[in-house]
Amino acid sequence: MLRSILNRLFGMIVVMALVVTIVFVIVRVTPGDPAAVMLGPDASAADIAALRSRLGLDGSILEQFGRYVLGVVQGDFGQSIFLGEPVTSALAQRAEPTFFLTVFSLLIATLIALPVGILAAYKRGSVFDQATTTIAMFAASVPSFWLGLLFIQFFAVKLGWFDTSGYGGPGASFADRLNHLVLPALALGLVSSALITRFTRASMLDVLNDDYVRTARSKGMSEWRVVLKHAFKNALIPILTVIGLTAALLISGAVVTETVFGLPGVGSLVVSAVLRRDYPVIQGALLVIAGLYVLVNFAIDMLYLAVDPRVRY
Amino acid sequence: MAAISIPLHSEPNILSRLLGRPTSAAGIAVLVIIVLAAILAPVIAPYAPSKLSIASRLHPPSLDHLFGTDDLGRDVFTRMLYAARTSLSVGFAVVIFSSIIGTILGLTSGYFKRLDAPVSRLIDAMMAFPDILLAIALVAALGATAVNLVIALGIVYAPRLARVVRASTLVIRELPYVEAARALGVPTPIILIRHVLRNVTSPLLVQGTFIFANAILAEAGLSFLGVGISPDIPTWGTMIATGRQYMDQAPWVMMFPGAAIVVTVLSLQLVGDGLRDLLDPRLAKDI
Repeated sequence: MLRSILNRLFGMIVVMALVVTIVFVIVRVTPGDPAAVMLGPDASAADIAALRSRLGLDGSILEQFGRYVLGVVQGDFGQSIFLGEPVTSALAQRAEPTFFLTVFSLLIATLIALPVGILAAYKRGSVFDQATTTIAMFAASVPSFWLGLLFIQFFAVKLGWFDTSGYGGPGASFADRLNHLVLPALALGLVSSALITRFTRASMLDVLNDDYVRTARSKGMSEWRVVLKHAFKNALIPILTVIGLTAALLISGAVVTETVFGLPGVGSLVVSAVLRRDYPVIQGALLVIAGLYVLVNFAIDMLYLAVDPRVRY
Repeated sequence: MAAISIPLHSEPNILSRLLGRPTSAAGIAVLVIIVLAAILAPVIAPYAPSKLSIASRLHPPSLDHLFGTDDLGRDVFTRMLYAARTSLSVGFAVVIFSSIIGTILGLTSGYFKRLDAPVSRLIDAMMAFPDILLAIALVAALGATAVNLVIALGIVYAPRLARVVRASTLVIRELPYVEAARALGVPTPIILIRHVLRNVTSPLLVQGTFIFANAILAEAGLSFLGVGISPDIPTWGTMIATGRQYMDQAPWVMMFPGAAIVVTVLSLQLVGDGLRDLLDPRLAKDI
């Protein structure tokens, strides 16, 4: 057990180090001088040199890397060029809408996917199974930003049930902010439910024919106890994995969806940073999100260890 | 762990078997129509793609303009045909590019035990970045052109293919005929190409189809955000971005390109599912 945890921990640290390296490299692949590109053709040599040092682009590549890693380890992701504040505080201010959007979408997706997937597997080949499988595939083909636009048009503009965009004004109440999250979370959650539904169905099918399920049935246990307690519990590991994976996909979806709904989250921050070539912000966001992903994966692995005694790393 | 395919003897008539399945056949039929429409765009299109006509701006669908006109009076149907060219070629190029990188990484880590750990960790690290976000960052660094978009998305999707190729390679490496080839002194590059690579094509094909679908969605998202292909070039994504501003008065400008994405991606998924069922019998019964 301890050995498995240490193995996984070591692996995670290596992956984290690689993530930091990749983020460092991305800005360095910019053709030409990023500082000159950001300042435009009219910039003086002195201005470019000043920006280079602000971006941490002066000195040899090894020096740059050393400085960057040292900063990251201390939680210093540099200064945003356009916002005039540290990247960490810019990210922290924008974290709330993104966090709630991701959590609510995941909740919606899971609440739809688990019952539908379980029932589809249980009634394999039935009309319900075929219909939901088709709908799931259809849902996975819809671009979430397009669905978001349709939702705005229908629920916000036509029916007037929700505001068309934004996150409430400054000082808006929590309920008001939640109200602004309903449509984006629905758009993102519906699209993401497809993957979880398919996986739930598949892993339930895997276990429904197993011996212990038959044994439980022959003991005279009620059907729903057999399905939920015996089968579902054993199908849980692949389902957990795909829910974790969906969480990561949702962050990607959030980038586009936030822009559609005018939510002031990390996604729209990144998009505006890209349009203004605010490299430190792009790097910081990448680092935080990829770092979170690695941590969540680590947590899921630990969960496996706890849930399934056979798992060893 | 993704699909581990037990090497099959290669099926010469995979297409005809695919056509025997109603859902896959439907997917293929729709894809053929879309590809033909894209190739024949100059012949089919009733107007020139950038022919402006302020007099007929934001006209609803009619016999003159099948899918209506946009804010500059351009024919939406015509632009959709030309957009299909960009969206499909970007998607296809991404599949090719990511397959090349993914195969190299996957073969290396699957076949050479010593390289497995470092390459696998690199793959893990790359998979930690959400696809759209990494693509945005790469496009921001490289510059927003169609070629750079292909490079960026290719890098984003390569690790997924690498995992599939690695998983298959790990199995194939231990098979008797590979061992026999090694014992006979067949050079490693030849073993890799003739014996291993040939047998990873099935999972590669399946995964490649899904990546095609994903790449079309990603390109649309990036172009919609204005960080992908230049807004002047019609792609389904840029058309939705334009149509968004006139959603109230002229919903058709954004509806039709979106529907084109849905239909294309759905068809690709149907074909991908069919391919997986046929080429990967281990998974066929489940998903």
